[in-house]
Amino acid sequence: MRYVVRRLGFFALTLWVALTLNFFIPRFMPGNPLDALRARTHDRLSPAALEQMLTSYGFKPHQNIFVQYLEYLRNMFTGHWGISIGATLGEPVSTIVWQALPWTLGLVGVTTVLAFLLGSLIGVVAAWRRGGRLDSVLPPVFVVTSALPYFWVGLMLILVFSVWTHGWLPSDFNYDPDLLPEFSLGFIENVLKHAVLPAATILIASIGAWILTMRNNMITTLAEDYVRMGRAKGLSNHRIMTDYAARNAMLPNLSGFAMSLGFVITGSILVEYVFNYPGLGYQLYNAVQNTDYPLMQALFMLFTVAVLVALLVCDFAIAWLDPRVRATGGR
Amino acid sequence: MTGLLVDTSGRAVTRRRGSGLTAAIRRSRKAQVGLVILLVFCIIAVVPGLFTSVRHPNALQFTPRLGPSGEHWLGTTSLGQDIWAQLVYGTRQSLVIAVVAGLFATVLSVLVGVTAAYLGGLPDDVLSMITSVFLVIPTFPLIIIFATYAGKSTLIVVLIVLVVTGWSYGANQMRAQMLSLRNREFLESARVRGERRTYIIFAEALPTMTSLIVAIFLGAALYSLLTAAGLQFIGLGDPDSSSWGTMLYWSESQSALQTGMPLWSIAPGLCVALLGVSFALINYAFDEISNPALRPVRRRHVKRARVRNT
Amino acid sequence: MSSEPEFEIRDLDVAYTASDGPLLEVLDLRVEYATAGGLVRAVDGVDMEVRKGEFVAVVGESGCGKSTLLFAIARLLSPSAVITGGSVAFRGQNLVTMTDKELNALRWRDYSVVMQSAMNALNPVTTIGAQFKDSIDAHAKWSVAQTAQRCVEVMKLVGIDPIHLNSYPHQLSGGMRQRAMIAMALLFTPDLVIMDEPTSGLDVVAQRLLMVQIKELQQKLGFAVIFVTHDMSLVSHFSDQLLVMYAGQVVEIGPTRAVFDSPSHPYSRGLLDAFPSIRGPRVELTGIAGSPPDLSNPPDGCRFHPRCAFAMAACFTEPPPLYRVGPALSRCHLNAHEPAELPGVPQEHPGIAETMRT
Repeated sequence: MRYVVRRLGFFALTLWVALTLNFFIPRFMPGNPLDALRARTHDRLSPAALEQMLTSYGFKPHQNIFVQYLEYLRNMFTGHWGISIGATLGEPVSTIVWQALPWTLGLVGVTTVLAFLLGSLIGVVAAWRRGGRLDSVLPPVFVVTSALPYFWVGLMLILVFSVWTHGWLPSDFNYDPDLLPEFSLGFIENVLKHAVLPAATILIASIGAWILTMRNNMITTLAEDYVRMGRAKGLSNHRIMTDYAARNAMLPNLSGFAMSLGFVITGSILVEYVFNYPGLGYQLYNAVQNTDYPLMQALFMLFTVAVLVALLVCDFAIAWLDPRVRATGGR
Repeated sequence: MTGLLVDTSGRAVTRRRGSGLTAAIRRSRKAQVGLVILLVFCIIAVVPGLFTSVRHPNALQFTPRLGPSGEHWLGTTSLGQDIWAQLVYGTRQSLVIAVVAGLFATVLSVLVGVTAAYLGGLPDDVLSMITSVFLVIPTFPLIIIFATYAGKSTLIVVLIVLVVTGWSYGANQMRAQMLSLRNREFLESARVRGERRTYIIFAEALPTMTSLIVAIFLGAALYSLLTAAGLQFIGLGDPDSSSWGTMLYWSESQSALQTGMPLWSIAPGLCVALLGVSFALINYAFDEISNPALRPVRRRHVKRARVRNT
Repeated sequence: MSSEPEFEIRDLDVAYTASDGPLLEVLDLRVEYATAGGLVRAVDGVDMEVRKGEFVAVVGESGCGKSTLLFAIARLLSPSAVITGGSVAFRGQNLVTMTDKELNALRWRDYSVVMQSAMNALNPVTTIGAQFKDSIDAHAKWSVAQTAQRCVEVMKLVGIDPIHLNSYPHQLSGGMRQRAMIAMALLFTPDLVIMDEPTSGLDVVAQRLLMVQIKELQQKLGFAVIFVTHDMSLVSHFSDQLLVMYAGQVVEIGPTRAVFDSPSHPYSRGLLDAFPSIRGPRVELTGIAGSPPDLSNPPDGCRFHPRCAFAMAACFTEPPPLYRVGPALSRCHLNAHEPAELPGVPQEHPGIAETMRT
């Protein structure tokens, strides 16, 4: 129980720090972006809309900064994220976000988890078959793939599977622009077709690291005494591999997964950019291009929340798997 | 990401001091390949003039859209620049970013990690909290926002941002390592001798952690390289600079892949990948060296022992 | 490498009432593994015999190969170490040439293993009970009730409250973990239990208690024990046979009283002298000078000669075979003329230096 409380506390604290950073950065940057904002929009938005937009990141120059801060926090939590001032001028940020969210969750979320699970599995098998053919080929290959830039892999896949094949696999968007979204087989098939290359990119670029760390952890675990005891007891190989070795080797891998999520998000933003895939990362890019501060802030907060939630889930998973963690109440 | 090696009880695996280190490096094929690649890039970065006759790679001086030929090894861009020359001159910036950002991030990691572990108590809690916070804040969005707010993104801005967002991973590792070392006898004896804390940390503890520090550096360099390339790719770098990431930016904005100039995209990306791979290889070789269990095992096919029954 | 002379090891003597053949017979066992420095012969031609119900102690410094010997017998070597010669006959069947499947049929039912540092030898993420159940399920088709009953039985046998079947290893004290491991080893009341330094890491009192308990269990259930340790005095009150190892070879072997009370090999004497007797007269504590040899390149002749106070000319060049010394065997040229004991050896154990002076 103490463990749960501690992790939740950390969650809250980090979120608070992220939000505060988000609040103060515009105020400490040289130049006044707020003037630029006003200059850019004053003849296109009504004063009321302008007001709400400024409020979205807490800018009420006539108000006490502390009060602004509190209002900003409240707005962030209640979903009043303001109005976009980018290409889709006037559209509420929350609308943009909710539209993009499912695509990112579907593509990036699913693929990342898949890469982690698949990579761990391959790592376990590779370590188990130490010295075999699989194991001698694996490390060099995946050391290489783990160092490849996400976006470059995407570009290469586009080149090979889209350009050279004259469009066999689509390289843009999440579904054909002339289709209407609906729950039909044809539409779903189209969506999947568009998801192949981006998903493959993420998979190829990220799986290497999981395979290698799992393999290394597994090898270290296999040298432990309790694995030898498992053999001494005459347990089946399968039993030893899962209950004794993998279950222990998995633990540091899980925490590594959580810690590297920031990096994964980076990569996925680039992938969405390369493929024009309208997820949250793509929106962030647009927001940057159009100096759309409200959208940028909301997205930043969302990414932080996503990483923290994932971290929390991983922490609880580790606690569930490892009784020692439950006993000591955390790291 | 290959740098984190933690054993199953959560302690950082102790890395041996490197007396047999150079010999071990020489024996590892992965390390050799990685070092060779790195060396080649370093040479290119230092004396680019040796590798190409073009002096101003970004100047629009050639016929655009040429394919590879004897004169232009990789062809030219759609704006009339020699791709090979750009590649050669771009080495310097990419390498500098990776190494400098990696170096500063490592220094910060070491300082924070070691201090937190050694001081313990409240300072440790505070520093750990700060480290954790920086660790989980998704770096790219932060970088993007930071770079945008700062206006035109110069090299310095990119470097600062990379260091600020890249140090926390290594700090955790250093702290874990330092914690496990803290109660070893050689440090105890230094304390008893009355040495100052800073002396103990820097002259006694750190030398035993050199291979971990090197691993952290390589990880940070890899991270900086890839992230900088990514930033430049989406247009947050200086578009007039000559670096691989910027080349990718221009090739993408000119739709190089779709308009039949794939080399413009392939080449700089490949270079980023190669340099990154060299860091990763050396890092992996280090893992193998410090953890004997990971060294390559060749299955020995020994003839079954003949039975001697009485 | 100097060639090993042929030697006879039969007639390990009359202290035992052996009726059938030995339970375990190790003949010329050799184990090697490859290191950066060359090929290491961790076990170099070891012969030993264990009879039904016998308690055999294997003693030696760290690195002498005793643990490797144990793992070789149990076929639990790590992949880098390989058995390169000899045989291990368990009830007549050679374990060395068996496949994993054949071995698994024997494991835990006929012989079991207890390892040192029970913290690492027990799976930290599953309960004690689950680990007991593992071994049962692998070898027998008992019902849930039978399994539970047996688990409770063995826990009571070693004196642990069966409630701890639901505990995780880290929740138990060191002594309890060790006893739980012994309980686990006895699930099928095997004929042979191999123990690798089960008392290391325990305090002196706990060590003693554990030894007493092991001996009691042994007498009650009738299993044989091979007990590896570096502490000769610990086992001396409990073992029937004592085997001293050095540099991968057996240097002395025989009934415990013979070896312990009047050791024939200088190394055994050195080991004994390193542990003061609580009751005997006060003697100067002597260690054994030098350090164990590099097993990838052991010394010529007798492997102990660089550290031996009694080394003669022959010791530098000729590897000694095992010579008979009363009921025991000793690998030392000093025993070549088969006197009953070393010249002038009194019944207590004075230091080697004093022996020289007499």
